[in-house]
Amino acid sequence: MGNVRPVLIVALVALGCFNLCYGGEEFSEELLLRPLPDRKVLAHFHFESTTPPTKDYGHHHHLFPKAIYQLVHKFRICELELSFTQGRWNYERWGGSDPISSSNAKPPGVELWAIFDVPLDHVDATWKNLTHTLSGLFCASINFLESTTAYSTPAWAFQKSSGSLRYGALPREAVCTENLTPWLKLLPCRDKSGLASILDRPAIYRGFYHSQRLRITSNEFGSEGIEPGIDLEQTLTIVVQPDDQRTSMSYSSGKIQQPDWSISSIFGRKISGTCVLARSSSVFLELESTLVSELNKVGVDNAASDGDITFPGFELSVAPVRVIKERRSSSVLFEFSVDKYHDDNPLDIGVKWKHPVVWSCVQAPFQANRFLLGSGNERGSIVISLRSTVSQRIFVGDEFGDGCEVQVVIFQVVPWYVKIYFHTIQVFLDGQLELTSAVIEKIQVSPSEDRVSPGVMEVALRLPCSTMSAVITVNFDKGFLHIDEYPPDANQGYDIPSAVVRFPDIQASSHYLGDNSSLDSPILSKFQENNPVLSYTEVLLVPLATPDFSMPYNVITITCTVFALYFGSLLNALRRRVGEEERLLKQKAAGKTALLPLILSKLSSKLRVRSHESHKSASPSPLLSNKLIMKAILLAGLAVAWHFYFG
Amino acid sequence: MAKLRRFWGWAIASMLFRLALIYFPRNLNLGFRPEIATPVTSLRRLAEGYWLKQSSMSPYAGSMYHGSPLLLSLLGPLTAKRFEGQPSHIACSLLFVVADLITAMLIRTTGQYLQSAYSQSLKHLNLMKHLEASVCHPAGDIAALIYLWNPLTFAACVGSSTSPIENMIVALSLYGACLGLSPLAAFGWVAATHLSLYPAILLIPVILLLGYGPDSPPRKLFVGRNFSSNGYESLPQTCHFSWRPVVYFILWASIWSSFVLVLCSISLMQYGGLFEMFRRTYGFILAIEDLSPNIGVLWYFFAEVFDFFRDFFLIVFHVNILFMILPLAMRLNHRPCFLAFVYIAISSMLKSYPSVGDSALYLALLGWFVNELADMKCSFFLLCGYVGVTLLSPVMHNLWIWRGTGNANFYYATAMAYACLQIILVVESVSAMLQHDRKMRKQSIEK
Repeated sequence: MGNVRPVLIVALVALGCFNLCYGGEEFSEELLLRPLPDRKVLAHFHFESTTPPTKDYGHHHHLFPKAIYQLVHKFRICELELSFTQGRWNYERWGGSDPISSSNAKPPGVELWAIFDVPLDHVDATWKNLTHTLSGLFCASINFLESTTAYSTPAWAFQKSSGSLRYGALPREAVCTENLTPWLKLLPCRDKSGLASILDRPAIYRGFYHSQRLRITSNEFGSEGIEPGIDLEQTLTIVVQPDDQRTSMSYSSGKIQQPDWSISSIFGRKISGTCVLARSSSVFLELESTLVSELNKVGVDNAASDGDITFPGFELSVAPVRVIKERRSSSVLFEFSVDKYHDDNPLDIGVKWKHPVVWSCVQAPFQANRFLLGSGNERGSIVISLRSTVSQRIFVGDEFGDGCEVQVVIFQVVPWYVKIYFHTIQVFLDGQLELTSAVIEKIQVSPSEDRVSPGVMEVALRLPCSTMSAVITVNFDKGFLHIDEYPPDANQGYDIPSAVVRFPDIQASSHYLGDNSSLDSPILSKFQENNPVLSYTEVLLVPLATPDFSMPYNVITITCTVFALYFGSLLNALRRRVGEEERLLKQKAAGKTALLPLILSKLSSKLRVRSHESHKSASPSPLLSNKLIMKAILLAGLAVAWHFYFG
Repeated sequence: MAKLRRFWGWAIASMLFRLALIYFPRNLNLGFRPEIATPVTSLRRLAEGYWLKQSSMSPYAGSMYHGSPLLLSLLGPLTAKRFEGQPSHIACSLLFVVADLITAMLIRTTGQYLQSAYSQSLKHLNLMKHLEASVCHPAGDIAALIYLWNPLTFAACVGSSTSPIENMIVALSLYGACLGLSPLAAFGWVAATHLSLYPAILLIPVILLLGYGPDSPPRKLFVGRNFSSNGYESLPQTCHFSWRPVVYFILWASIWSSFVLVLCSISLMQYGGLFEMFRRTYGFILAIEDLSPNIGVLWYFFAEVFDFFRDFFLIVFHVNILFMILPLAMRLNHRPCFLAFVYIAISSMLKSYPSVGDSALYLALLGWFVNELADMKCSFFLLCGYVGVTLLSPVMHNLWIWRGTGNANFYYATAMAYACLQIILVVESVSAMLQHDRKMRKQSIEK
């Protein structure tokens, strides 16, 4: 019996492993490290889970998170991307055209977009339910995206879609560990083992930028995809500054020494083995093409390389399994396999720089910035400026003549209280005002509607390659909200979500040398996908004029008083009959209440008028009227006598 | 003759002054002033609506344009026109200058007609002595000059708002009604109602004008006078209501309104039709959706009031205008033009998005009654008040919006003061007019 149990367990494990590894569900974990030119280090975690389609595989999963599976099925999601970001990706220093910056650099706060496979009139309802579900799943206020003023339907500028795409962003969402923990729970090993175990919270949130992203691609619902099933891609991108003890001695020949770093110095932990459920588990160290060429220059100077581990210019603490080269540019990837390492022998990749190196990242052809013009709380202008970068020549080349053009697509959502005057769109090329029809290839706007929908602006520009700067300005008026519509900190202002700037002609992809079988790593195949270069602009902070929050009662009472003043005094002016008032006063002075004669005299005067009218049709005779007057006087006299006698 | 030449001199001078202001560098930025360009009358919003229409979208898409589709087709092409080296919207501004001149002419002719008709009816009453005793001012000229030289009119004309056009249409309607031209009066009334809804209440004064003829002393006096003096045959038409022009007016009004509606539905054919137009124009005016500050009192009220009571107060404030229609019509039915003035003043005080252009119109119409209202009380106080509010309002707005050193209450206080001034003006003018009638009755009885 004692012998049977371990055997049974082994058999079970083997069975489980068979199911897990070969049943079609797959999980892989990867980490990419990259030194950045401004003495920082980029760490990019990439976890990917896939599951085969339900009709072949059924509803039960061993690796794939149940929550996501149910989410996909309940809301019939084709594609979904959710990102939580803190900090701003520095496109100038950290690169703007590589796959990481194009698809993993996200705008601050929360960004969510999804494509649904539901009839078009159900998309909005599905989106609302989805926001609530995600909000619960990730402990974030994504449910604010439920309101129609918060999300939009991009037609073509964000992605090609058939109307079932919804896009929403919450620029002011604070991102912290309570969002990371549920995200980690979706991993089969959580953060207990594998690469995720080095995710030390203080190390992550101390960084300059971190962005956790979740992307679901599913082909469950009959679309003719290449690989059916659900693909869940979870990435965490962080930029940290390694602690450096050598800064004091680093100024040799004006160049700043890059800091030496290792995984343990960044995260405070070492990689102690793989997640056993992962199909592949590897760490990459990427050196950008500009850095490689810079290092080669240095390497020529002191070519004395001693051994495999040392490369020109720097030293690696661990020998890579292999070196992968990029086809087009000459960037280099060092691959380290985690399989060999375990608790007693943890993996700690470190880089030690031998010489100071200076390089710069490859940027997008145009650096996009956005800012506000104007002061005061009444109106302003939004300016999107595109400055050409040094890297532009890499993409478009010098050899192109006058005919060369770059297409730029801008997608901009503004909340309704920023009321954009679309007829004021102006485009300046190199400081010269251009005819909008000459530069703007295509424009589609959906103007904002008060308290209903945000304004969406989708513009496709076609710029000559020689353009040094392109500036788009558009004027807006600031709206005034109801007192309840202001957030608690109304005087801080409102955030306008980032604009998305795309370069559809230029692909952000890296193609690696080597046969396909050796490049089956998910992260590398992701990098090889053809995606256009995409960048986000800054979030804008728009201050709005506020009413006095403390005095609704005062305003109501004062306004109503003015209305009462108007109504009362005007009615009084109309009602007043001075003659009668005087008569009344006289009678009061006489000390007698002469009510009856008053009525009588009134009556007589009425009679008089009536008789006049009746006589108008008959023959008019002055005699008659004299008679009438006599009659009235007689009547009045009678009345006075009556009053005198009985009163 | 000299008087006439002097009038034309002043009129031309005011036109030149307007042109100079239009060419003023940077256009004084008057188009951005909330006192001048309201969400309903702003020319910038009209340009936006035109742009949307040009890019084959509904001009009412988004919450920018809330005016008439016909005005859009008229003024839209002008807003899109740019001349090299000229300020933007120059074509529209020139059009507004012309509109101002036409309005002034209409006001002048109407005023002259009113005055002659009035002196004629006084002759009937043998009250010429009274007429001669007081200095008789040429009311038409005075009203036209008030309109032309009022700083508020300058602001409305130069500040790219469509209120000069609206004022012109209202003046046209009153002119037509005064001269007994039913088709013209009907056109003016329909167009003015179409443009800004509130002139709809001018229906009563226009019908009274057509029925009874222009302003006259109370009808009772004539009735009493006729028998005592010069017989029945010279009884002026003021005494009985003539239905003929009124029926014509109603007929023409229905023709014009169906014409306008057909034109609108043609121009909005593929953008939601008439229902969309009514929702976006009248609905916008009645529901007070835009809470941006203006010189009225309602924006701040509805920005602060609890949502629960919003509908209730909307009804109360709109009904406040309607409530006063009947008592005023009963009391002032012998003076339809004055009634029209009071209605215009009340609606421009209580409307959802008031602007100084509306005040410019009723202040000019006040000039028609310069002889009758000679002994109006508080007139100096009112003048000072208007000057003070006109100066303070931009200062307070600047303090709140631009400098951030003041808050919304600063600006609201000037709006409040302005509303109070208008209330005093209306109340005092009405009571002065009633007093005048009373005096006349007294004089006629004394005779």
